[in-house]
Amino acid sequence: MKVQSAMFYFPEEVIEHIFSFLTHHPDRNTVSTVCKAWYKIERLSRREVFVGNCYAIRPDRAAARFPGLRSLTLKGKPHFADFDLVPPDWGGLAGPWIEAMARSCPNLEELRMKRMVVSDESLELLVHAFPNFKALVLVSCEGFSTDGLAAVARSCKSLRELDLQENEIEDRGPRWLNSFPDMCTSLVSLNFACLKGEVNLKSLERLVCRSPNLKCLRLNRAVPVETLAKIMNQCPNLEDLGTGSLLADQFSEAYVSLISALQKCKKLRCLSGFWDASPLCLLAVYPICANLTGLNLSYAPTVQGQDFINLIQHCVKLLRLWVLDSVGDKGLAVVASACKELQELRVFPSDLFAAGPATVTEEGLVAISTGCPKLNSLLYFCHSMTNSALITVSKNCPNFTRFRLCILEPRKPDPATNEPLDEGFGAVVKTCKNLRRFSISGLLTDQVFYYIGKYAKALEMLSIAFAGDTDQGMTYVLNGCKNLRKLEIRDCPFGDGALLADVTKYETMRSLWMSSCDISLRGCKALATKMPSLNVEIINEWEAEMEENLNNGVAEVISNNNNKHINNGNDERKVEKLYVYRTVGGPRTDAPDFVWTL
Amino acid sequence: MEEMQPKLLDLIPNERGWGVTANDREMVIGGGFGVREEKKLELRLGLPGEEDWNANRKKTEGLCANVKPSFSLGLFGAPQTKQEAGLVTGEAQKIQAKADKQTSIVERKAIAHAATPPAATPLPSNSRAANAPVVGWPPVRSFRRNLASTSKTVLKPQKWASGTCAKFENSTKGLFVKINMDGVPIGRKIDLKAYDSYDKLSSAVDQLFRGLLADQRSEIGTEKNVEEKGRAIQGLLDGSGEYTLVYEDDEGDKMLVGDVPWEMFVSTAKRLRVLKSSDLSASTLRTTSRKRAATEC
Repeated sequence: MKVQSAMFYFPEEVIEHIFSFLTHHPDRNTVSTVCKAWYKIERLSRREVFVGNCYAIRPDRAAARFPGLRSLTLKGKPHFADFDLVPPDWGGLAGPWIEAMARSCPNLEELRMKRMVVSDESLELLVHAFPNFKALVLVSCEGFSTDGLAAVARSCKSLRELDLQENEIEDRGPRWLNSFPDMCTSLVSLNFACLKGEVNLKSLERLVCRSPNLKCLRLNRAVPVETLAKIMNQCPNLEDLGTGSLLADQFSEAYVSLISALQKCKKLRCLSGFWDASPLCLLAVYPICANLTGLNLSYAPTVQGQDFINLIQHCVKLLRLWVLDSVGDKGLAVVASACKELQELRVFPSDLFAAGPATVTEEGLVAISTGCPKLNSLLYFCHSMTNSALITVSKNCPNFTRFRLCILEPRKPDPATNEPLDEGFGAVVKTCKNLRRFSISGLLTDQVFYYIGKYAKALEMLSIAFAGDTDQGMTYVLNGCKNLRKLEIRDCPFGDGALLADVTKYETMRSLWMSSCDISLRGCKALATKMPSLNVEIINEWEAEMEENLNNGVAEVISNNNNKHINNGNDERKVEKLYVYRTVGGPRTDAPDFVWTL
Repeated sequence: MEEMQPKLLDLIPNERGWGVTANDREMVIGGGFGVREEKKLELRLGLPGEEDWNANRKKTEGLCANVKPSFSLGLFGAPQTKQEAGLVTGEAQKIQAKADKQTSIVERKAIAHAATPPAATPLPSNSRAANAPVVGWPPVRSFRRNLASTSKTVLKPQKWASGTCAKFENSTKGLFVKINMDGVPIGRKIDLKAYDSYDKLSSAVDQLFRGLLADQRSEIGTEKNVEEKGRAIQGLLDGSGEYTLVYEDDEGDKMLVGDVPWEMFVSTAKRLRVLKSSDLSASTLRTTSRKRAATEC
């Protein structure tokens, strides 16, 4: 029995050391559930926390559990908020999180947030509460201005990373760049490409001059070629560059200077920006193309046709490419022949509304799949798609982990056969065993969901729009996709039957979004009653009814404004938007009027 | 209410929809036009592929050609789709229910059969209507969407002058605020960015509610139907009329419209109300936001 007692006694330090090799947060979550001792060791030694839904846990509780936290990642609004399906003021406030961290986690160094609402005051608090703060990454956030950025710049003693991706930032002037103190020399990554306003160019140049460690710099459109050339001359070690406006006169000194500056940047691997790129400026980029691994031309509608072809054919080591569909099937064919290492491709629609000639079609995608067998991540907006093309693509590229196809016209069938695209998407799930993320479009019946439920065992996130026939479609998915974490549905004929088909499933998932489907208040209430561990939130503007009731004196003002409307009898009303998520934090305390937690 | 439809179409820039949800009337909300379920309007912004609905309808794509998706109407989905889909699949569900009882394994043919309504119809020949905007479609992030509409213009350098108000950069986005009128149960939304002066706003409000108000009155049973309809709502701004326009600012205070410079008004107004002038002094004292009312209770 000596052996047994030796095994029971295991020094905490050793366990902690072992845990330090566990970086994958699901693994850490798992070990913390083994026993109380491990829970305690794990929580005290945890340095990074990922909260996929900021309402899944109360900020105080998370902060208290992990006092040694150095890095926090938070996601707020549901994904469909990106497409304006979530009303403003819905929530996702960063303030309570920053405050909670300020109270309990003084060692915080990094904060990454996506789809959250951050105020300038919160940013102020952030930089004053955490003396070691080093990195701020904001993606698709809003609620702050350049004043907030100034606060961050001003107060961070050793800021390494300020990364702003596609945020809505109120422009209060270019002075925020001046706020970086002269002694701030620690910058490694600065991305302000999403800023719409002017930038103080002199400050920018000075900042770059005193940042010898700068590896990633993404400028906004307001930065002209002259400044870019000066900057490039200062940072020959730059690895990731987002240009400003590339409009330049070919005979200008700036242009010449840019060419020579770029040639010195031997380490440059990733390029983006290309605002207003003139074909001439593209010429300047040719010498460095051969080493590029990442290229983002999706903000550059001017780069198309032969210009694009001339550029891309040099990019033989490219791994990631983002383009607009204006490059056409022809352009994609050149990509397929040149970029044999390609792993990720995104083709965005260049014109959302007018119906010009079709720009990319299934042909472009087939060509890519033929030429780039390593492709594993796809986002493709096109005008049409056929089953046979999809079947070919999946045969050529069985390694897809992310496959998102958006046919611009909802419910469009296969133009060659007039059939739904069930078989095509079915082929993708059958062949791509590692598929984690899937978005489907076009004309689709319940059959495609049958395939998804049957084959997509690794699937974690599914986005559906304008698809399916009956509740059975959604039920297939809920029953079959064992690893499903996020399900988002819009404009599908799924009703209460589907919603309630497997209510315990939602506890295994992060969230469910359903909008413009066929669910009723009755169904949502039933879900809420059966599953108290979920927040069942509906977003509705039954305003007219409220006004009518107020005017007629029908409804009394009950303590909770919401109850008046939820319980006034008519449960058959259709619910326009439903957001369901598992939580240990209980109903939201910050829900606005139009969000009703059942 | 037919005569109202053309007025709204004229008034509401970019054909932004407005919505009413009532038990017996179903209105289309979102990037479309208000329709009644029982009235099959030709102007239905139905989704392409809804062939049962589109079959007999002319595609009036011209109305949709320049419409941008209504960003700030993200509140509203596309219920017309849901209703259409619901009606189309209602039959499908009945067929499906039978099929389910008969076989445990869903046959592909059964599904295809049930799904005949959408699948059997030919491709819409008019692909322009096909690209008529639906809220949030195609699924492109707002940030990129805004860029798509401004990408053709080179950014003009702005002179930064201290003391000017912060300008909102999204000049292409609308700025929708709710507007309610005393005596009219149904609220509306109005795009402040569509106007550049108080006079234009006042006239738009007049147009917006004139017909509604007249209908309210005629429903109550006055005899002056014909003259009532189309009686202008005047004097909104100076207190001289029967109604006065007020707004709620970002601090929740009720203010008379017209006091501050237009730009400042646009940037701080959160909600508009058209009040009876006689009620004015009493109502300005009362807290107006529902949130406050709710928390006080």
